[in-house]
Amino acid sequence: MSPSPASSPAYQTPNYLNAVKGVGSWLTTLDHKRIGVMYLVLTVLSFFLGGVFALLLRIELVTPGPTIMDAMTYNRMFTLHGVIMIFLFMIPAIPGIFGNFFIPLMIGAQDVAFPRINLLSVYLYLAGAAIAVWGMIQGGTDTGWTFYTPYSTTTVTTVAPVLLGAFILGMGSIVTGLNFIVTVHTMRAPGVTWMRLPLFVWAMYATSVIQVLATPVLGMTLLLVAFERVFGFGIFDPARGGDPILFQHLFWFYSHPAVYIMILPAMGVVSEVVQTFSRKNMFGYKAVAFSSLGIAFVGFFVWGHHLFTSGQSTFASGVFGVLSMFVGLFTAIKVFNWTATMYQGAIQVSAPFVYFMGFLYFLVFGGLTGIALSTVSLDVHWQDTYFVVAHFHFIMVGGTIMAFLAGLHYWWPKMFGRMYSERWALAAAVLVIVGFNATFIPQFLLGNMGMPRRYYSYPEQFWPLNVASTAGASLLGLGFTIVLVYLVVSLVKGRVSGPNPWNSRGYEWNTPSPPEAQNFPETPVHDRGPHEYQDGPAAEVKHAH
Amino acid sequence: MHTEAAAAPSRLAHHFPDMKTQEHAARMGMWLFLSTEILLFAVLFTAYALYRFLFPVGFEEASRLAHVAMGATNTVVLITSSLTVALAIHYARQGENRKVVGLLAVTILFGVTFMVLKGFEYHHHWVDGQLPGRFYSYSGLQGPGVSMYFALYFLMTGLHGLHVLIGMGLLGWVAWRATRNEFGPGYSTPVELSGLYWHLVDLIWIFLFPLLYLL
Amino acid sequence: MNLVNEFLRKLLFLPLQASEWARQLDYLHYYVFITAMLGAWVTLATAVVFMIRFRRKHAEQSTPIVDPKPIHEAVFIGLPLVLFLSYFAIGYPQYVRLQTPPKGAIDVYVQGKKWMWKFAYPGGPNSTDVLRVPAGRPVRLLLTSRDVIHSFFVPALRMKQDALPGRYTQIWFNADLPGRYPIFCAEYCGLGHSSMLGELVVMPPAEWDEWMERERRSNQPQAQDGQPVEAEQVDLRGSLVDQGRRIAAVQGCFKCHTVDGTQHIGPTWLDLYGRTVKLENGKTLVADEAYLTRSMMEPNAEVVAGYKPVMPTYQGKLAAPDAAAITEFIKSLRTDAPTAEPQKGPIYVPVTGK
Repeated sequence: MSPSPASSPAYQTPNYLNAVKGVGSWLTTLDHKRIGVMYLVLTVLSFFLGGVFALLLRIELVTPGPTIMDAMTYNRMFTLHGVIMIFLFMIPAIPGIFGNFFIPLMIGAQDVAFPRINLLSVYLYLAGAAIAVWGMIQGGTDTGWTFYTPYSTTTVTTVAPVLLGAFILGMGSIVTGLNFIVTVHTMRAPGVTWMRLPLFVWAMYATSVIQVLATPVLGMTLLLVAFERVFGFGIFDPARGGDPILFQHLFWFYSHPAVYIMILPAMGVVSEVVQTFSRKNMFGYKAVAFSSLGIAFVGFFVWGHHLFTSGQSTFASGVFGVLSMFVGLFTAIKVFNWTATMYQGAIQVSAPFVYFMGFLYFLVFGGLTGIALSTVSLDVHWQDTYFVVAHFHFIMVGGTIMAFLAGLHYWWPKMFGRMYSERWALAAAVLVIVGFNATFIPQFLLGNMGMPRRYYSYPEQFWPLNVASTAGASLLGLGFTIVLVYLVVSLVKGRVSGPNPWNSRGYEWNTPSPPEAQNFPETPVHDRGPHEYQDGPAAEVKHAH
Repeated sequence: MHTEAAAAPSRLAHHFPDMKTQEHAARMGMWLFLSTEILLFAVLFTAYALYRFLFPVGFEEASRLAHVAMGATNTVVLITSSLTVALAIHYARQGENRKVVGLLAVTILFGVTFMVLKGFEYHHHWVDGQLPGRFYSYSGLQGPGVSMYFALYFLMTGLHGLHVLIGMGLLGWVAWRATRNEFGPGYSTPVELSGLYWHLVDLIWIFLFPLLYLL
Repeated sequence: MNLVNEFLRKLLFLPLQASEWARQLDYLHYYVFITAMLGAWVTLATAVVFMIRFRRKHAEQSTPIVDPKPIHEAVFIGLPLVLFLSYFAIGYPQYVRLQTPPKGAIDVYVQGKKWMWKFAYPGGPNSTDVLRVPAGRPVRLLLTSRDVIHSFFVPALRMKQDALPGRYTQIWFNADLPGRYPIFCAEYCGLGHSSMLGELVVMPPAEWDEWMERERRSNQPQAQDGQPVEAEQVDLRGSLVDQGRRIAAVQGCFKCHTVDGTQHIGPTWLDLYGRTVKLENGKTLVADEAYLTRSMMEPNAEVVAGYKPVMPTYQGKLAAPDAAAITEFIKSLRTDAPTAEPQKGPIYVPVTGK
């Protein structure tokens, strides 16, 4: 995906892609935009790798018994799928690509605060990915991405390299978050006040807070598991007085907030998309901005909802259950405000907007099933079944990937100066949304029927719905492949987009597309907020309804 | 001695508008980094709290096996070293680079003392078989929770020791820069930030010492 | 009501409801499903209507600033809050009820193990993978695991509880629909995870009583305290420990082993569990359940350093539940037992005194 069409007209203007040439200039670059592009290549590669494993898993589940692999391979493969998708795609993708590329452009800065640390995060990503994938190929971890003890400390497969890989990836995630927080605090251009900050930046800020505060806990916890495996320290080993539930608490203390590391950036992306394509400023800007912080804050106090059936006290379950609903509440505020933003707008139904509508749909249903799960008693039935699998795929794939695709199409011309084929984009968007529904709605029903997750084989009553799910997954795979193909093609053959093909008034569009190596010849000064689509200086403020 | 007039403009990275912003960013980044360090240790403190609650007797008995005298000496050593670092920061701001070098050298020496004493402690525990988990073989004290205490003892002091080593490396690097007269009233951020890190290392020890040796 | 229930149950692909609790849970499920669907589709339909109604007319179209009044945000927060809290208000008491066994429930000791379920009735029979319970009587399950975490899941009861190694968890149910229902393991536990299947057999009470009586006569002639437990609240773990002490006495274990720390022919049982022991052959290992059981069955394979290999084997003399009971008894012998327990301590005493 590395862009190299140097001869085509779009790239004759000087820009960050052609400012310096050669592989070496990419590997040592400190330019946040190039680092964003490197993340794009790496995470998309990981996404397709994880996707291939997902398809293989679905094929295995086409029949109740063994289909194409044995149980051990299956167990390793769902671990591989989970680890790759979460640690190599979901967590780094939107922050790494769009966060790096657009935060400085949006706040009027020349770069992020620590460009060298930014480059370091790419190499940490590479190193972590290499160690984790090498470990998985060597021994093939079979613990699932959750590494629950004492299974993970006693299994015969290789676990330590994957733990180490995840630890290093976590360090990359921490420094990215740290970088963004400092950047947003110290490097805003004159006029970019906190209350004029683009909503994507708000969301990324909230995300970064979680990355910085939660990831160290995961890192240490995974190291403890590694110590236990390699040296037998017994911290989580019941035979030595250890407590396996302690692991679950520590693990989810990170991994639940990590879910918001995955969805908050997505919410930021769609906030930008809905404003641009409705030509409207956000309805309830403050509500949307502060609900991001609200999710980040409450997200730290809900981890116990993963332990409703673990024997945790009923009191704790109640507290965690009711707090979890507040996350749903903050999300609901966002959903309503996005919808209201469309009111009296001037909507252009383009591919990014179709993805936004898909996002809205998946987030609403994914979110409401989440609320249903935090209704403590219902979780007793659904815990560890396909219902939970479908729920988090609705949020993670339906939510985050829809937003990722919305952002990718929206910012594609900004990043590469080219337009993709709108017709193919619309077709792929519909295919992805339909395929996604066909994959995961059957899984909700399987969960209702009581099919536990991570099942290699299953009783016959679960057969028809599993076939339906696999059929949907193949549509989904086809859709993603089409997206990849036409986007790559557009790099060479795409129409030159011009600086602002969407007529957006987001701050990031105040630069040429693609931007020059130095973002701004002189520091920009803003006298109005982003996404104000009123003509004339003093627009009247109207109230809704 | 005073080179800041020549040094200051070249130290401004291209993407910052001015030196003040750049130092603000650096300081903020360091504080954020320190918060992640605290959270890293927080996991171990949580585990300590839980197992102390589960095995009060085992932990109490096992902590008597810790070498309080050496631990106490180390506490004094580290606290004194925090003082020398603070002084080094003070003189860096004044541009008295030779004093900075001297004070940092003393600090590093304190760090070495700390690690050597720690090494003796580890050696004693090793010889006596007071080791974590399945390696525990000390016959003088058996019972639930004892090996857990030593698992946490070695993890917590080990991780802390690693931080002492990193801190010594940082201070060494800063001292080397001070020998080149790099610091002065306009530029002393590296000394300050390395000093901050050293203070954190000291602070963590101030929590570790009573928890592992005294309680 | 019944028709509506059946319709919604089938619409949502839910299995049969084998207990009143399952029925209650499904009612909540329907309520959540219907209200959530309504809310979701109203929101999404609004979005679609806006999308069609406010299509862009020309590229540079200008739009008004539309800012919310406080009342809008209040409604946006208030409506879902009321809805969500109503879910919680129904769901949480249900959960508490599930965690609070009634007095006089029949206790069954459940042990998860790679990859099977073992069930033991105090003073009664034990079985693998098939759990027989009487219809219409409350049953309390006390779960633990021998190796990794398992999760006991009966979809027909809408009920699931993790079985954890080294501690006990509990759950209860009152199945009222005789039949056979699948039991799954819901917590991933390795290769055999998906074949760790069991069966819950809900029998008419009279049939169950008869079966129980027959099993007791044939399996456990020496069981003394096997009277139905309705009369008194028996702490199962306590009873297992007591049982273990009694069996150990009958089998003559105390001729060589002490329980107070004194040295004798064999190692003392005090604080034996979890201790790291050095063997004759120089190896060390931790005296866990597996080692203790092995030592009863093959006593001379792993002899602790300093002791003579004189212990006779109990292979064939000691039934599995008896060995488990002795193990439990040994586990209870700890110097700091009262303080070391909270981690393991299941609250067996029902919280409500119904």
